[in-house]
Amino acid sequence: MKVRAQIGMVLNLDKCIGCHTCSITCKNVWTSREGVEYAWFNNVETKPGVGFPKEWENQEKWNGGWVRNSKGKLQLKMGGKLRILANIFANPDLPAIDDYYEPFDFDYQHLHTAGDSKHQPVARPRSLISGQRMEKIEWGPNWEEILGTEFAKRKVDKNFDEVVQKDIYGQFEKTFMMYLPRLCEHCLNPACVAACPSGAIYKREEDGIVLIDQDKCRGWRMCVSGCPYKKIYYNWKTGKSEKCTFCFPRIEAGQPTTCSETCVGRIRYLGVLLYDADKIEAAANTPNEKDLYQAQLDLFLDPFDPEVIKAAQKEGIPENWLKAAQRSPVYMMAMEWKVALPLHPEYRTLPMVWYVPPLSPIQTAVEAGHVGMNGEIPDLKSLRIPLRYLANMLTAGDEAPVVRALERMIAMRAYKRSQNVDGVEDFEVLKQVGLTPNQVEEMYRYMALANYEDRFVIPTSARAYAENAYDLKGDCGFSFGNGCGNGESGLNLFGGDKKGVRKVIPVVMKD
Amino acid sequence: MNFTDMLLFGIYPYIASVIFFVGSALRYDREQFTWKAQSSQILDKTYFRTASVLFHVGIIMIFLGHFAGLVMPYEVWSFLGITLAQKQLIAMGVGGFFGAICFIGLTMLVWRRLFNPRVRASSSVMDTLILLLIYWQLILGIMTIFVSTGHMDGYVMQDLMSWSRYLLTFRPAEAIEFMADIHWIYKAHVFWGITLFVLFPFSRLVHIWSVPVKYFGRSHQIVRRRY
Repeated sequence: MKVRAQIGMVLNLDKCIGCHTCSITCKNVWTSREGVEYAWFNNVETKPGVGFPKEWENQEKWNGGWVRNSKGKLQLKMGGKLRILANIFANPDLPAIDDYYEPFDFDYQHLHTAGDSKHQPVARPRSLISGQRMEKIEWGPNWEEILGTEFAKRKVDKNFDEVVQKDIYGQFEKTFMMYLPRLCEHCLNPACVAACPSGAIYKREEDGIVLIDQDKCRGWRMCVSGCPYKKIYYNWKTGKSEKCTFCFPRIEAGQPTTCSETCVGRIRYLGVLLYDADKIEAAANTPNEKDLYQAQLDLFLDPFDPEVIKAAQKEGIPENWLKAAQRSPVYMMAMEWKVALPLHPEYRTLPMVWYVPPLSPIQTAVEAGHVGMNGEIPDLKSLRIPLRYLANMLTAGDEAPVVRALERMIAMRAYKRSQNVDGVEDFEVLKQVGLTPNQVEEMYRYMALANYEDRFVIPTSARAYAENAYDLKGDCGFSFGNGCGNGESGLNLFGGDKKGVRKVIPVVMKD
Repeated sequence: MNFTDMLLFGIYPYIASVIFFVGSALRYDREQFTWKAQSSQILDKTYFRTASVLFHVGIIMIFLGHFAGLVMPYEVWSFLGITLAQKQLIAMGVGGFFGAICFIGLTMLVWRRLFNPRVRASSSVMDTLILLLIYWQLILGIMTIFVSTGHMDGYVMQDLMSWSRYLLTFRPAEAIEFMADIHWIYKAHVFWGITLFVLFPFSRLVHIWSVPVKYFGRSHQIVRRRY
């Protein structure tokens, strides 16, 4: 047993209101630079839809993630190492910028300087890449917001596979939607790391954060294709790839990531998970896709088990990390209550950002007597969001774990309702879903109240990990690439741009 | 001894190689962040795969051809039983074939760099310059094939091989003697070829140093320790 610790995340989709605060704060902090205007380390998609970039879930198209090859060995879907290097001159699986969107800005200055005219002046869009006028914006970072675009386009959503009669969900009365905030999954078996010819991407041992070494990256852009979640972005200006950093400078200081901190719906949870690194390959190579969810659960270790604690101490995992693992909301939701599920486990990357599936409206129908009851709990087949759709997204098509998670959430509501409204303890409903009253009170505390200190249990970096602050005194702090050097910002012999200077394409007004 | 020949083919190559090696080492040491292939594939993929693959395959084979022709000792060729004339014929055939492949790809890439608005806007001066220089150099190289048809005995080629051999063994005075009487096309091709090495460390060409052969040897996953 080789114990490693990772900071994992859970997103409670049942509470996501799709406000995009996470995306915006993330954008402001990390990608408000030239070259990554189009990149959203965190984005929120409205599902069903093709997503961002277009059809990212369709691995027949993009060849991301892992597959078991004919010999039963784990292999990148893009192909073996030889195939990857053979395609180094032009990556056939690389999304083009139009699959994301061409970044644009508007000629706002025109509103100030426009002369007298019959019509009100308008700020027209302009490409941030070529600087040219864009006559029509065809696609954007969130084009499908709240079921934007027609159903015919949205229904190619891969999660619709094997959903019966998917066409009926195009009807106004039958339609459904949910939000899916996405960020880098900081996988246990990251495909981007494996696909990087330069070896520039790595997983940090102490907290599991996957980072790209900007100095070592040579821009071969295989990671972009390797990642099945399409969460690695090629910076066309610097020629290097960039990705979500899990706000590691904040995590090291014991603070939640920017997206989690600013989430107004309080849907995000951060906590330590202990796992057995020796079993990663076997788990990722589980023959049946539907068993991958359970295989990943089996990797996680009980932080109260004395054996585990001993093994963790042997690996040098600090005491405050073990303490945090015992209070980890992520562990509770994924392991104890089993309400959190991984996103697309079938990619075999063992993702570490998990999701609580959303409930969808049935209550009014139940009250009107239109919905069958399964004991105390309404029949989940009557949920607006088809179970199969959620299962395709979260458990490789296995509906049972989704049903369990949803039933437990409904049971929690029913129990708390009877307790608070009727003044009785409805143990029947708990028995039906296999929860104890204690568990349900905890679930209520973590999922319904969701206090800050319960949501974020992040140990600060141990002294042994942390850099010596004295040595860093007067240093340049966090920077992209070469850092700030000696403070000179003159001409660079080797063609690099001045750091921190954003080139704005000047607007030329023409009649 | 001609002074211009001495300067261009006796002294310039040494200056160029110092700039090439020292410049590359300095940039690798000091400016890792600028060390990259700077692909623009993401900006426009139309025909990119055809263009880039043709260009790269062509130019790598041409590079290997030049290595075999100029750096590999002539004795290796005679050991293999290949005469001068045969060697020239091989060089013209293989070089012509890959030159043509490279030319098609490079023409597409040059067109893309100059006339695709996105690619053009995101190109640095050096990006465009180095591409045009390679293009010019390739055209010169292809022209040498036509000049070579005028003398199929292979002796001009031997002169060029001797030039590089004497240069590589630090005898520039003797080396330039071999350059005295050859056609200006060859001289131009040699001069611009050397110039490519001068510009190499300052351009995106440095990515050639980073051919990721180590990828084959490493394990899939990389975990870094902080301490």
